[in-house]
Amino acid sequence: MAVTPTSKQLVALNINGDDYELAITPSHTLLEVLREDAHLTGTKHGCEQGECGLCTVLIDGRPQFSCLTLAVEVHGSEIRTVEGLASGGELHPLQRAWGETGASQCGYCTSGMLMSAQALLERNPSPSRTEIREALAGNLCRCTGYQAIIEAVELAAVRMRGAA
Amino acid sequence: MAVTTEPTQAQGTAVVGGTDPKIDAHAKATGQTVYADDIHLPRMLVGRLLRSPHRHAKLLSIDVSRAASLPGVHGVLTGEDLPIRYGIMPVAQDEHALALEKVRYHGEPVAAVAAIDEETAEEALRLIEVKYEELAPISSIADAMNPNLPLIDVERDRDGNGVGRQVNRKGTLEFGDVPGGFARADRTYEDLFFFEGNTHLPMEEHAAVAQWEPEPRGRLTLWSSTQVPHYLHRTLARVLELQPNRIRVIATPVGGGFGGKSDPFAHEICAARLAMVTGRPVKFTLTREEVFYAHRGRHPVLMRVRTGFKEDGTLTAMAFRTMLDGGAFGSYGPASVYYTGALQTVTYDIPTYKFEGVRVLTNKPPCGPKRGHGTPQPRFALECHLDKIAVDLGIDPIDLRLRNLIEPYSYSINHLRVTSCGLRECIEIVDEASGWRAKHGKLPYGRGVGFAVGSYLCGAGLPIYFNDMSQSEVQIKVDRGGGVTVYSMAIDIGQGSDHMLVTIVAEVLGLRPRDIALVAADTDLTPIDLGSYSSRVTFMAGNAAVQAAQRMRDKVFAAVSADLGVPVERLVARDGRIFDRDDPDIGMDWPAAVGVASVLHAPLVTAGSYKTPKLAGPYKGGGVGPSPAYSFTASVVELDCDPDTGVVEVDRVWIAHDIGKAINRVSVEGQVVGSVYMALGEALFEEQTFRRGYLKNPSILEYRSPTFLEMPEVETFLVETDDPEGPFGAKEVGQGPLLPVIPAVANAIYDAVGVRVDEVPISPDKVVKALQEQAKGNEPRVGPKAMPEYDYGEPVRVDPPDQLSLREVLAP
Amino acid sequence: MMRLPRFAYLPASTSAEAAQLLSENPGAQLVGGGTDLFPKMKRRQLEPKVLVGLRGVSELCGISSGGGASIGAGTRLHELAAAPEIVRRYPALARAASLVASPQIRNAGTVGGNLCVDTRCNYYDLPYDRRCAHDFCLKTGETAVCRLAPGGDRCWAVSSTDLAPVAHVLGASVRLVSTRGERTLPIAQLYTMDDGIDYLQKQPDEVLTALRLPPAEDGLRATYVKFRRRGAIDFPLLGVAAAVRTEADGTCTEARIVLGAVATAPLPVPKAAAVLVGATLTEETITAAAETAMSATKPMDALDLPLGYRRRMVMVHVARALRELAQPPR
Repeated sequence: MAVTPTSKQLVALNINGDDYELAITPSHTLLEVLREDAHLTGTKHGCEQGECGLCTVLIDGRPQFSCLTLAVEVHGSEIRTVEGLASGGELHPLQRAWGETGASQCGYCTSGMLMSAQALLERNPSPSRTEIREALAGNLCRCTGYQAIIEAVELAAVRMRGAA
Repeated sequence: MAVTTEPTQAQGTAVVGGTDPKIDAHAKATGQTVYADDIHLPRMLVGRLLRSPHRHAKLLSIDVSRAASLPGVHGVLTGEDLPIRYGIMPVAQDEHALALEKVRYHGEPVAAVAAIDEETAEEALRLIEVKYEELAPISSIADAMNPNLPLIDVERDRDGNGVGRQVNRKGTLEFGDVPGGFARADRTYEDLFFFEGNTHLPMEEHAAVAQWEPEPRGRLTLWSSTQVPHYLHRTLARVLELQPNRIRVIATPVGGGFGGKSDPFAHEICAARLAMVTGRPVKFTLTREEVFYAHRGRHPVLMRVRTGFKEDGTLTAMAFRTMLDGGAFGSYGPASVYYTGALQTVTYDIPTYKFEGVRVLTNKPPCGPKRGHGTPQPRFALECHLDKIAVDLGIDPIDLRLRNLIEPYSYSINHLRVTSCGLRECIEIVDEASGWRAKHGKLPYGRGVGFAVGSYLCGAGLPIYFNDMSQSEVQIKVDRGGGVTVYSMAIDIGQGSDHMLVTIVAEVLGLRPRDIALVAADTDLTPIDLGSYSSRVTFMAGNAAVQAAQRMRDKVFAAVSADLGVPVERLVARDGRIFDRDDPDIGMDWPAAVGVASVLHAPLVTAGSYKTPKLAGPYKGGGVGPSPAYSFTASVVELDCDPDTGVVEVDRVWIAHDIGKAINRVSVEGQVVGSVYMALGEALFEEQTFRRGYLKNPSILEYRSPTFLEMPEVETFLVETDDPEGPFGAKEVGQGPLLPVIPAVANAIYDAVGVRVDEVPISPDKVVKALQEQAKGNEPRVGPKAMPEYDYGEPVRVDPPDQLSLREVLAP
Repeated sequence: MMRLPRFAYLPASTSAEAAQLLSENPGAQLVGGGTDLFPKMKRRQLEPKVLVGLRGVSELCGISSGGGASIGAGTRLHELAAAPEIVRRYPALARAASLVASPQIRNAGTVGGNLCVDTRCNYYDLPYDRRCAHDFCLKTGETAVCRLAPGGDRCWAVSSTDLAPVAHVLGASVRLVSTRGERTLPIAQLYTMDDGIDYLQKQPDEVLTALRLPPAEDGLRATYVKFRRRGAIDFPLLGVAAAVRTEADGTCTEARIVLGAVATAPLPVPKAAAVLVGATLTEETITAAAETAMSATKPMDALDLPLGYRRRMVMVHVARALRELAQPPR
């Protein structure tokens, strides 16, 4: 099979529970495919080099940089983005807490931050402040000083434990 | 943790002073908010800019023929296509969208292309052939003073402006008898400081989308992540030679601004022109590297401060001298110079004051306004200087400040009208909360506390271009179902202006913020607001909103009064109802009230506006500094400083801010903590470093914005002084809280290890160097040792203001 | 948005297939997590036409322990940091893994990728246009000059792996597979000491398949200290791996010290280690060893902060690592 740099490949992605079948240039990152092919523009970018955290999505439950992941490499993986957090018409507890503590100011880091927070709470429903800081340390925010984000994660964790 | 000194709702507001989630919070948390780069239009092309590889060069020729003929390329522009100069300030019209004749910094846009996709656009850039003749670069303030180096601004050279080499602006002002003030002093002090340049680093890379509707209507629409849609609108009209009524600018929600999106930019103008040329929508999104070149950030400033003091700690005179490295263009620089001298006087009663400032051009990305615009640098210098004096006089640093505080409702020596002022209360709160008296000078070696104060504007008193028109207007429309829509050109850059506006309108009309719709930041749809800069939006757009809402309430009350037979004075709007204060059962709900009003007072449309009172001081340069009110902040920082590595870890920050009145407490506290964050970044990490005049660190990795792990706990205290002119008494919070934190860090390092780093950022190597000096028995200090020679000329002499009793006129 | 240059992506399902694909496609690059390669490709430091993908090679994943331990090269750094066997027996290695970059990078980045991470330099790691302005550098090949040391003829880019210094003091080795067969190389021999460009002894057609650790139960105690500006995201400004074997009375019978981020390869400082052998770890011997380590290093201006300061930090952090080892084992 001759594979040239311009050949597109058919890739099956499961994004937020929806199945997508997309013809993708191998050099396209998951970030590009999410924003440009799947029209899921909730995932942002701020450096495209793995340095800022904005493009964080969950790949099989783990937060990773969509800017450093080829879409062809995650064929068959389960991908979750900010658009998949709310269920039905209901905000996710993290999203609700985000509003209450003021964890979004300009909002540009929010999507990636939420995905890192979601992955943390799935693994650790009762994180300490130190654990929250460490889990989110790959996500930069220039507005909030992080305090409201930490408070939002704590608030959501309490509510999610209560609901469980 | 946040503490409010008194319940904000005590004065009877229902939603002002509350903690509702911002109206844009959930759209942001679900990914629904559409930022500029999220816009996709049919047939849209991708634009890219070619940037200068040289710091300083003549532009000899540009050949775009190969790029233009590349398949997929639809348009190419060079400087000749956009020959009209512009600049944010009328006195600094020195920019071209694309360089003409010469390039002034590495990264300056030289050509632009629009192509079917980013890869094609990128390829086209590589096919543009530019011939340059390199000139010697001017890389520093010292270079700028060197008569053997070529001039950067050829235009100014032609005008024969005789203020000095590379000088972009200078100001020399003297208030009162300064030599007399120094003569009265028992001791005089002098210190030099340097504040390195740094940048905003908004998480959103600048983006703009342009669409052109062809002639005969010929209308341009530009979406952009801009803080100043109005000034952008004016610039587009000028540079594109289009009637303003044929241009619509829509400011999209800004993913972080901090002042960095307050100038008109090349990519915005090129997007517009390329859309006109190609007949297709064009989008530009800067790369992170390009954002570093767009810059307009914190000026590097070299400073000398001299003061005279009585033995008892009373200040008798101050002389402040600054030199600003402006980068390659004017930008806001003519104002920035004066800001380095304007607000020292707002916190302290300075009997005589001299200011000398000069801004030079260098071949570096242009500097401009970053959070605090021109005031964090002198505040750093002044507050560190006072800390040293306190040691010398044997007075506690807090007591030294308290001894010299400005009085509320008084004029500063440079004619700034200070009204509400909670600085004393702010100081007392952080003094107490931090346990200052038990800690300062008493903590174990390696741990220290530092203190400083600051003050900032609630909006620049004058618009950027001279005019007597209002600075902000708000319209309100009520529909027949009771729906309320607010229209304002104010742009939310994350500071919460959208929520501020709907909260104010909701308060006046007795509704909830979430009941109010908002149309914002669209030059076709919304009335003027000058933009999100100088911390002006709450004060100015907020006051316009109060007026518009009160006028709407008057209309509705008049109709309800007629309908129910209740005198207007007894009507109250609250909780979605309008009712008789004396008999709350008599009333009607809001939709019913609107129904009655629609019959009697149609159309249910009102408007309000705000213009600052006449505030400018009676002297040239007196337009920079005046504001209808000032916020005040005091802060204590406690930190650990590792004497082996010089690494500083901030443990806790106590900060009290005079907000006047919090419109939304969560938003206000968020601005305080965010300001602390940005200040700590500037104090310890962030700097633009250059190597041979090229930016060394144009990436997020190397710029080093603090992460979760560097951010300490912050205890925020809000002091409410109920400003007589602010909307519901409110003042600013977006910028002021940054100011005291940087010097408080420096002062805490001195308390911890006994050395002075008179230079920002205080990177660990500087601490170690100062400790090594200390060990050698030298002055335990790192910082500038001299200022370059420069003749600031004869000062403009200004008499002290007449202290008529402002308190009687204005105090509540 | 920064885009990757175009390439063909060839996924491998076994290490033998990966080796086969490498031999068939000269110039092809292996990609595991991609966290080092893709930023460099976006900056056009590297533009391979073919990438051989290792994500689907299951044999490269996981940790097996026998006498020592064998860590598959495709093991993610977060797995290494949390693996109970590693945390218990080789805590310094787990710590080094836990300190790499950020959580997202550790979730994607692999052990093999970190061991082979490209050398760094603040000339080389600039974006394309920015490098244009400097007329590029020796490492990108467009010019014959190293911007850090224009007088010389070699590249001085800096080794930035966090794992290798620890692996080195633990006496680890790597397994390399190619179509020509397989071989085992001690970590000490994996790197080239005098060339920032050709910084690996691994041949371009070889696949690094595993990191092998000798048994841990022989009394060697190791630690790793990472110095950087921020607590996350940043590469090391300095890494100090140290290991000692001590007798019951505290006498040090063996000592190893390897520094990261001070040279083009992990830098052993045997003279510093030798100061400790036959002695006990006291403040005096620790200081002597730390000063010796400092005098053996000559940092270049490839990273942040002034050179003199970075050199001094070698002394400070070697001492800190040794002080940690001077604590009696728990």
